[in-house]
Amino acid sequence: MPNFHSLSSISAALKSGATSSKELTQYFLGRISRLNAKLNAYITVCEEAALAQAEQADAQYRQNQAGILTGIPMAHKDIFCTQDVLTTCGSKMLENFVAPYSATVVQKLNSAGMVMLGKTNMDEFAMGSSNESSYFGPVHNPWQLDKVPGGSSGGSAAAVAARLCPAATGTDTGGSIRQPAAFCGITGLKPTYGRVSRYGMVAFASSLDQGGAMTTTAEDAALLLSAMAGFDPLDSTSADPSRKDVQQSDAWLAQVAAEGYRGENRTFSIGLPRQYYTDTIGQAALADMQAVLEKAGHRFVDVDLPHTDAAVSTYYVIAGAEASTNLSRYDGIRFGHRCENPLDLEDLYNRSRSEGFGAEVKRRILTGTYALSVGYYDAYYVKAQKIRRLIADDFSRVFEEVDVLLTPITPGPAFGLEELTADPVAMYNQDKFTVPVSLAGLPAISIPCGQTNGLPLGAQIIGPAFAEQDIVDLAHQFQQLTDWHQQTCQWVED
Amino acid sequence: MSNKSSINVPHLARLARLSLSAEEISAATEDLQQIVDMIDQMQSVDTNGIEPMAHPLDSTQRLRQDIVTEQVNPDNFQKHAPATEDHFYLVPRVVE
Repeated sequence: MPNFHSLSSISAALKSGATSSKELTQYFLGRISRLNAKLNAYITVCEEAALAQAEQADAQYRQNQAGILTGIPMAHKDIFCTQDVLTTCGSKMLENFVAPYSATVVQKLNSAGMVMLGKTNMDEFAMGSSNESSYFGPVHNPWQLDKVPGGSSGGSAAAVAARLCPAATGTDTGGSIRQPAAFCGITGLKPTYGRVSRYGMVAFASSLDQGGAMTTTAEDAALLLSAMAGFDPLDSTSADPSRKDVQQSDAWLAQVAAEGYRGENRTFSIGLPRQYYTDTIGQAALADMQAVLEKAGHRFVDVDLPHTDAAVSTYYVIAGAEASTNLSRYDGIRFGHRCENPLDLEDLYNRSRSEGFGAEVKRRILTGTYALSVGYYDAYYVKAQKIRRLIADDFSRVFEEVDVLLTPITPGPAFGLEELTADPVAMYNQDKFTVPVSLAGLPAISIPCGQTNGLPLGAQIIGPAFAEQDIVDLAHQFQQLTDWHQQTCQWVED
Repeated sequence: MSNKSSINVPHLARLARLSLSAEEISAATEDLQQIVDMIDQMQSVDTNGIEPMAHPLDSTQRLRQDIVTEQVNPDNFQKHAPATEDHFYLVPRVVE
């Protein structure tokens, strides 16, 4: 089998007839059946349905009706509702939940002809930075099995890194695409809030949640995004298509969807926010990356984002408050886990929720309930919303000066399984470089930029709202000049 | 701003409809104290005169015409409900 790692190379092979969708699907299903037990990256594998989709795709090729992504296998994070296929969100609460409809993202990628191999493991309700809160057990980092893959989209990241699929969807509330992408040495694109529909994506924190792409290259991230994104009347916070920046973004995505991705060799003015360059393990790798980009003609400027230090606190108040509200829907009545023999209605609610939710989800619900409770609402929730504006304003101000920002994405490489589980605050502080972007709703891409002790290190490129093209173009240029994104873990050869 | 003794986990659990064991309450109290200490870092930020931001792009919820756009199919939606009868959800008796 040739090297079927990138969507663009698979697309070319399908177009030329060098392979078929059925052959590719069998290839990835074979890898999943051999390697998933070691990684635990998939919760559900859809063998029969995937092969049926592949046959349809092959028919489309025969009839010359295939698009760029037709017939390419992929996986969905188990947070996206899939009609007729289990959607667990990594929780006992939804252990047996089969959604009555598919998420817009799922429908769009189906329409693009992609083949769904299965649903990937994740932190329970996307709450976690290590994939250890999943009811279905932790995912192992394919680079070193005793390390975490990151979270919450840890299953998607590990599956792409070990080539158990060439691409997967993820969602990012406070870093859940970017951080696992960095820990697993792949590319992760978190689009601008509202760029990708949230319809059918199980809600965690509605003002932060955003679906995106997890791939091996920036080019692939653009390809996948072009099929996922766009206005959706079913999502009340879908980006307003009458905005000028949204129209420009729509035009770029339409071009990528029709003709494939063509990177533009523009030079950028790149800001280095001082507050992000403190004591990270990846400093040397980032300095090398700067040198590569400087040589290619890009210009670097030191900038300030003065409210960065308050972002983790602000994020955990807002995300907790929204989570405690969103998760009130799990009442044991309409869908999801229900306790045995409830004494009365109150007992039904209390026991169904206590049995269905894991420890981290309960912790976030309690934090959110605290922040929203009488006497604390102004001190915590409203205060956090005000700091959120200061953080967003910091970004707006620096984007008057520079095109994009370059930062580390994590304080270090993947940490050990169970290393941080006993210390929630230490776990939350892992998110300090990803949550400011989430609070401001901006797009950011995570790409591999080095290694330390055999583990990948990631860099984050942040852009202004709806400037996905800029961050993808810069990431693509870096990937043309270096081969960090082509470094793979040992499983890939198996 | 916060007073550690003010974190009343049994009260919060009641508000959130969670029943926690004594062991869970003690663990959650300890965790929540650490989390509240962390989020209290916010209090040092001067937010005088700053408008709260509820939505990252400051947009408002889009409204649409109040017209029927889909037919509800209760058989489909209730297929996975724990207990139903004649398209009603069943709960323990609340009125004697």
